[in-house]
Amino acid sequence: MSVRPWLSPGALRPGTRATLTALSWLTSPLTPDDYLGLIDPLWSARHPAGRVSAVRREAPGAATLVIRPGRGWNGHRAGQYLPLGVEIDGVRHWRTYSITSPPGRSPGGGPGGEITVTVKARRDGRVSPHLVHRTAPGSVLRLGPAQGEFVLPRPLPGRLLFVTAGSGVTPVVGMLRTLARHGGAAPDTLLLHSAPSPDECLFHAELAALESRLPWLSVRLTYTRTEGRLTTERIGELCPDWHRRETWACGPSGLLDMAEGHWAAAGVREQLRVERFHLAPVRAPRADAVGGRVRFDRSAVEADAAAASPLLAVGESAGVPMPHGCRRGLCFGCLVPLLDGRVRDLRNGELRGEPGELIQTCVNGAAGPLVLDL
Amino acid sequence: MPTAAAAGADGTPPPVASHADRAEQLGRELDRLRDEIVAARGPDDARYIRTVIAVQRGCEAGGRLALAVSLFPPAWAAGTALLAVAKTLENMELGHNILHGQWDWLGDPAVHSTTWEWDFAAPADAWKRTHNHLHHTYTNVVGRDRDLGYTILRMSPDQPWRPAHLLQPLYTALLAPVFEWGIALYDLEAEAVAQGRKSVRAFVRDASGVTRKAVRQAAKDYVLFPLLAGPSALPCLLGTLTANGARNIWAHTVIFCGHFPGDVQTFTEDQLDGETRGEWYLRQIQGSANIEGGPLLHLLTGNLSHQIEHHLFPDLPSNRYAQMAPRVREICDRYGLPYVTGPLWRQYASMWSRVLRHALP
Repeated sequence: MSVRPWLSPGALRPGTRATLTALSWLTSPLTPDDYLGLIDPLWSARHPAGRVSAVRREAPGAATLVIRPGRGWNGHRAGQYLPLGVEIDGVRHWRTYSITSPPGRSPGGGPGGEITVTVKARRDGRVSPHLVHRTAPGSVLRLGPAQGEFVLPRPLPGRLLFVTAGSGVTPVVGMLRTLARHGGAAPDTLLLHSAPSPDECLFHAELAALESRLPWLSVRLTYTRTEGRLTTERIGELCPDWHRRETWACGPSGLLDMAEGHWAAAGVREQLRVERFHLAPVRAPRADAVGGRVRFDRSAVEADAAAASPLLAVGESAGVPMPHGCRRGLCFGCLVPLLDGRVRDLRNGELRGEPGELIQTCVNGAAGPLVLDL
Repeated sequence: MPTAAAAGADGTPPPVASHADRAEQLGRELDRLRDEIVAARGPDDARYIRTVIAVQRGCEAGGRLALAVSLFPPAWAAGTALLAVAKTLENMELGHNILHGQWDWLGDPAVHSTTWEWDFAAPADAWKRTHNHLHHTYTNVVGRDRDLGYTILRMSPDQPWRPAHLLQPLYTALLAPVFEWGIALYDLEAEAVAQGRKSVRAFVRDASGVTRKAVRQAAKDYVLFPLLAGPSALPCLLGTLTANGARNIWAHTVIFCGHFPGDVQTFTEDQLDGETRGEWYLRQIQGSANIEGGPLLHLLTGNLSHQIEHHLFPDLPSNRYAQMAPRVREICDRYGLPYVTGPLWRQYASMWSRVLRHALP
């Protein structure tokens, strides 16, 4: 139940915009989209959707979904990620995945074409196994607007370095495909990627093919099961001029922390862009979790929350202006987006929390550390 | 609330346990029922609300099309009926219930309390405050629940009588056909500004919000669609007026029957002091009344015919109230609590007798 995806203004081409504005006076307070979306969800710009046109197996437990976006799709830049709304047992879950396809163009010149995301099924996950194993062509998924600043700048710098591990390679594959599509000259590019083994290396064949076809691209793979993790020394060996390259790093936080420290120590931190994957739902708190530290992100306030304290009370005593209403879980006047972590419903002990989910602060307490968008 | 807990339905002496203990026990039973329904929500519920949405939009589109050619009398009748049904479903089963957050658990931005706007003069945000927050927290507490008489009616002997109340049968009747406009004005809380509980700035902001919404509503129903109907403009206008009037009278009826039939109790502010969850539940049961009828009646009232269940669990999906009702009733019987219910005509007559009775000192 993420709020961010649905704050999308939606895409409206100027020509249709005037017609739809006129029609919206007739459908008020709904929009013409609300009626069009009943006929085909892809016709709704207010609640953008896409239809899965193919599912390709990539590796054991990983698949690429090819999605044909509908009218509401605003396009993306290489390296951005996409919030996908997936309905499971009636409930729509929102997860973000990196887009691996180059930015498309519809015949009319607007954003269009197919988009691809590559999803790895997490063993303890709910959404990713559904996407990988139980999503057939023809399924409809809701789309949020493409997000993220982990993108290639314009103009392109002279030399690029990508440092990735595991599924952190997905946004970089989107960038490489975009660079490759333009053909001709591209910056001198080096990809240092780690995977457990060749079998479990996403895009293994494609990376090899790209490297042999493109004179400006080098790919150096590290197999962690046999060679161990990528170290700062190994980065220096594989890429002696690493400190003179614009660098993009994406992967587990261990890798990113290492990179940030290493680049900062060399005084070139500003050349490094990192993308952290938020994997909040897999951190299931212990059954006996006793509260936790709450960060109110926009207010820049932190406070310790006891397990039995409603987050509303925690925020108010920390001086954060909290939206509130009935204080009994009735009126939904205290909804706040949860950015990270889990909460416990104080009425029945139920645990919940997905990034972006709106939670009632008056009846939920902290179950471990969490971040609120307030 | 000692009155109801003091004696069983058949006049047997009260059980040994204290009022507070019994209220807590009642609260735990109702919490268990709530948890059961929360755990059972699933794809069937999602399909239910999406079906109602599709049916409502179909009725609305069909009604508007028929009214566009309503010089032809059967088209007028069909269009007016379809539009009245569409507006009723939109107002009650969709708007009221979605704005309660009953469907937030779907995680669907298209069906969510924070994004939904309804085909009603009152903007959703203002209504959520006066209804979800004030009315549902302070149900039937004299002086706190503004829905108890909507600031103009006297519905309890505990409310002070003023000479203006002599006219309340008249203005209750006049309010019904324009109920949505009454609610829009009511949500502005003008009396709170006079009492210093609301700032003038907030009032101006809310008033401009209502004006914007009201202009759009009136322009659509009473100007644009009639103009588009060309030669059928006048019958189209009359059909829309009829549909809106019917929806308003129906909403007024259902809502007044939910809290004002004779046996429903009112409470004093003292009773709010230190009120526990169990006692809050108890107050919701004693302060609400159901309407008996078939599935169609329940649908058209937005399941507010299950007002008792709605007040106990305002955030549970409305399609589950019918399933919960026998369980709630059984619990009430066991605790010797009143469960005020009856057919529509009886609740309606009872509500009117209360309006008439309290018009006099």
